[in-house]
Amino acid sequence: MSQSVNNQSDVIIIGGGLMGASAAFFLRQRNRSVTLLETGLIGQQASGVNFGNVRRQGRPLFQLPLAGRASPIWRNMNALLGEDVEYIQSGHMRVCYRERAELADSFETYAREARQYGLDLEILSGNALRQKFPFLGPDVYAGSYSATDGHANPRLAAPAFGRAAARLGANICENTEVVRAEKDGVDFRVTAKGGRVFKAPVLLVTAGAWGNALSEQFGEPVPLTPRGPNMSVTEPVPYTLMPTVGVSTPLEIETVYFRQIPRGNIIIGGSTRAASYPDIRRAYVKPENTLTQLREIRRLVPALGRLNIIRTWSGIEGYMPDSLPAMGPSGTTSGLYYAFGFSGSGFQVGPAVGDVMAELIDEGATTTPIEMYDIRRLKPVAV
Amino acid sequence: MVGRALNTLKVVIIGAGPAGVRAAQTLVAAGVRPTVIDEGRRAGGQIYRRQPDNFTRSLETLYGTEASRAQGIHDTFDGLVDQIDYLPETLVWNISDGRVFAVSEKRETTIEYDALIICSGATDRLMPVKGWDMAGVYSLGGSQVALKSQAVSIGQRVIFMGTGPLLYLVASQYLKAGAGVVAVLDTSSFIKRVVAAPKLMSAPDALINGLKFTLALKAAGVPVLTGIRPLEITGDVESGVSGLIFETGAGEHREIKGDAVAMGYHLRPETQLADLTRCEFAFDEKSHLWYPKVDEDGRATTANVYLAGDGARILGARAAEVSGKLAALACLKDAGAPVLDNEIMALRQDMACWKRFATGLREAFPWPAEQAAKLPDETVVCRCEAITAGELRRTVNAMGAKEANRAKAFSRVGMGRCQGRYCALAGAEIIAAAAGIPVSEAGRLRGQAPVKPLPICIEDDEAAAAISTVRELTK
Amino acid sequence: MAPRFYRLAETGRKVVNLTLDGQPVAALEGDTLMVALLSAHGHLRRSEFGDGTRAGFCLMGACQDCWVWTEDGERLRSCSTAVSDGLNIRTNPPEVSWSDVL
Repeated sequence: MSQSVNNQSDVIIIGGGLMGASAAFFLRQRNRSVTLLETGLIGQQASGVNFGNVRRQGRPLFQLPLAGRASPIWRNMNALLGEDVEYIQSGHMRVCYRERAELADSFETYAREARQYGLDLEILSGNALRQKFPFLGPDVYAGSYSATDGHANPRLAAPAFGRAAARLGANICENTEVVRAEKDGVDFRVTAKGGRVFKAPVLLVTAGAWGNALSEQFGEPVPLTPRGPNMSVTEPVPYTLMPTVGVSTPLEIETVYFRQIPRGNIIIGGSTRAASYPDIRRAYVKPENTLTQLREIRRLVPALGRLNIIRTWSGIEGYMPDSLPAMGPSGTTSGLYYAFGFSGSGFQVGPAVGDVMAELIDEGATTTPIEMYDIRRLKPVAV
Repeated sequence: MVGRALNTLKVVIIGAGPAGVRAAQTLVAAGVRPTVIDEGRRAGGQIYRRQPDNFTRSLETLYGTEASRAQGIHDTFDGLVDQIDYLPETLVWNISDGRVFAVSEKRETTIEYDALIICSGATDRLMPVKGWDMAGVYSLGGSQVALKSQAVSIGQRVIFMGTGPLLYLVASQYLKAGAGVVAVLDTSSFIKRVVAAPKLMSAPDALINGLKFTLALKAAGVPVLTGIRPLEITGDVESGVSGLIFETGAGEHREIKGDAVAMGYHLRPETQLADLTRCEFAFDEKSHLWYPKVDEDGRATTANVYLAGDGARILGARAAEVSGKLAALACLKDAGAPVLDNEIMALRQDMACWKRFATGLREAFPWPAEQAAKLPDETVVCRCEAITAGELRRTVNAMGAKEANRAKAFSRVGMGRCQGRYCALAGAEIIAAAAGIPVSEAGRLRGQAPVKPLPICIEDDEAAAAISTVRELTK
Repeated sequence: MAPRFYRLAETGRKVVNLTLDGQPVAALEGDTLMVALLSAHGHLRRSEFGDGTRAGFCLMGACQDCWVWTEDGERLRSCSTAVSDGLNIRTNPPEVSWSDVL
């Protein structure tokens, strides 16, 4: 097969989620030629089906520099991309229940430490909590409020990055499934289904739950588990619940969260995540999980019990055992980079991940600490 | 389920219209005690929907020429009630891993099944028209429900618009009941009916009834126009409908006044439940409908799932009775029960006749796909979310969405309370026209639970138990 | 506002009393809530998106256009809810906001 000039670029990105699409955008801003290969459509998997939380609080402290780098990008995103991604700085509230009152102390500690990273949190309990958030149920004991966190529409964000990257000249190839990636001398050689071959000296893998299928080809398998978020949305009702609210608890079944959008719908997420199926690119909501979610959301906001949910969905997210991504250079192959496995919390940091990876690829280093995400820390599970 | 004693075989039938009732009857006759789950307060489905107990109109008044069929279905079902587990006013909202998840009175009931027979019926098929989101516009089926089960008319001066046999049936029922019928406006041309006549002769009595309805309307002085194209339902967003502007077959623009519009373009299958069982679907080029794949007897591609009635193929109420029986026999046969091949063969022959008749109807009253491209940008497509044709086209032209689910993700068309029941088919035509692709390539909206709105206050013992177990374990 | 629905028969039924936006509505036993309301009034609710009034569409529980609010902030699908004495319905979300503490 003849190789057109088009198939040679400075960087090949495999995986067109928020990480890959924003990396393509920021690499183009740095004038690097980019080819982005996506099996389906941009932002169709984890990036498009997640809750849409643009939240810094609650992340590990060492991740706050990365999250902090994302904040101004979110705030300016409409201007940056020329499209509305429905970002709102609504505030974010993290609460704990009375039976886990000790978590309130950890909120205090976290708030104190997070301040050093420029994240201001307000701890609320008792009357102050009830006054500010009268809709919270009686089980809610205390909360940590972040005024500068918010939410955005996940269905729009990654595709908007993809289109903006394309406008800047990135070669965005949708419906292009990669079957093989290898390093061939100085260049990576990436073969797509149907035989098309792409070449570049740099390869960035941002393939989410499919990331392991690629890292494996370079001798770096990782213990990645595909799971699916458990999402519901209500009918539209008057817009009264400004902040996003989420429960902090060690029990997954209790971990529910919601956000209301100005159109009125309330998006509810959490309680048990189900399995998902990367091979067939499908994930199914388990009705049992919908039922526990509805029960738990009533505990958080009893008034929601008056409403109906009108739709549920799931998707395919890649989880790592320590809930941290593989992000940074490969341990085996020069010119190879990874940014995948964000374990259900990649949306907020997504644009910063793209920015950091572009910086790293362009300049050989990044000002944001990422060494804790090194792929070499991950060992595959012995079968 | 093979080899299981029939009296222990767990068969769930969803829907108690003609297909569901005949399926239940067939199973009971074989010694199975099925569970019948139905959203209706009483069995009969939409077509043979019963009026409230304190109403007094006769069956002839309610169902006209179909009175004896309605009675047959009602009596059969009433006779079965002791031999089935019957859950009326119960919505199946999801299906997963051999269990149906149902809700009634805000309480969850989860039922395991060995076999599932889905008889989910049909709803009106709609093509938007500017103004159809105003108060006073109703689906043809809805207009019929108003009269049949509540003895009301949807307005004082009702305009009937669309195409299909229901257009003439409901208009003539309104006329007979003393309601004001302003006009019957059919988008299909008369010549199509003439061409389709030989196929329609497969059911001569149905054909004759259709002709009688038209004659009765004309005799009463109701204008019946064919080959029209609706341009706009006029009115005010506060006070609702005031009339309809349309183009006649000769190309003239006309306006008629009325305070209600009943509209519909024949029917579409309700397939969300089949979709939730992960059945495969196929596009039917002739009708521009996506149908779940079924074999001759109603077996879906998912094991132990059977489909019957209009939810499987739009073939009408009489065919629904036949397909309900066939699906039940297929289920019995798959369970290893003795089933007479002759009986199956005879039913298949009946089905062939109804398929021929349905083909005639489809050719006589075609879906006006070509209207989609001509809808003005300001026309609302998705009534639930108030999204216009222009906004949908923008997702195709500016955002590159060339597939229904993608366009839904960007535009919210099909994302509202009705889950695309009333906008998805027209939406796909708009996407296809804007993208310059065949409508089959625009795809279909995947079904998502809950099938209909689910109360957040739903009570479920299993969920409560699951949560307490986890809490106990961590104490 | 003029009513939207007109009764053609079955008018000898027992009266059931409800209110719509505080005004009394005399319904008949066996009415659906939708028929009761639209036999007295021109619409059921306002669209959430500011594009006018809505009065239902399919009458068979499929289109979900006819959900109304009760005065207590509950939701009812009016085409599939039977009328009962003392129902107080709102065409707009009630003053007692749906999100107020229960």
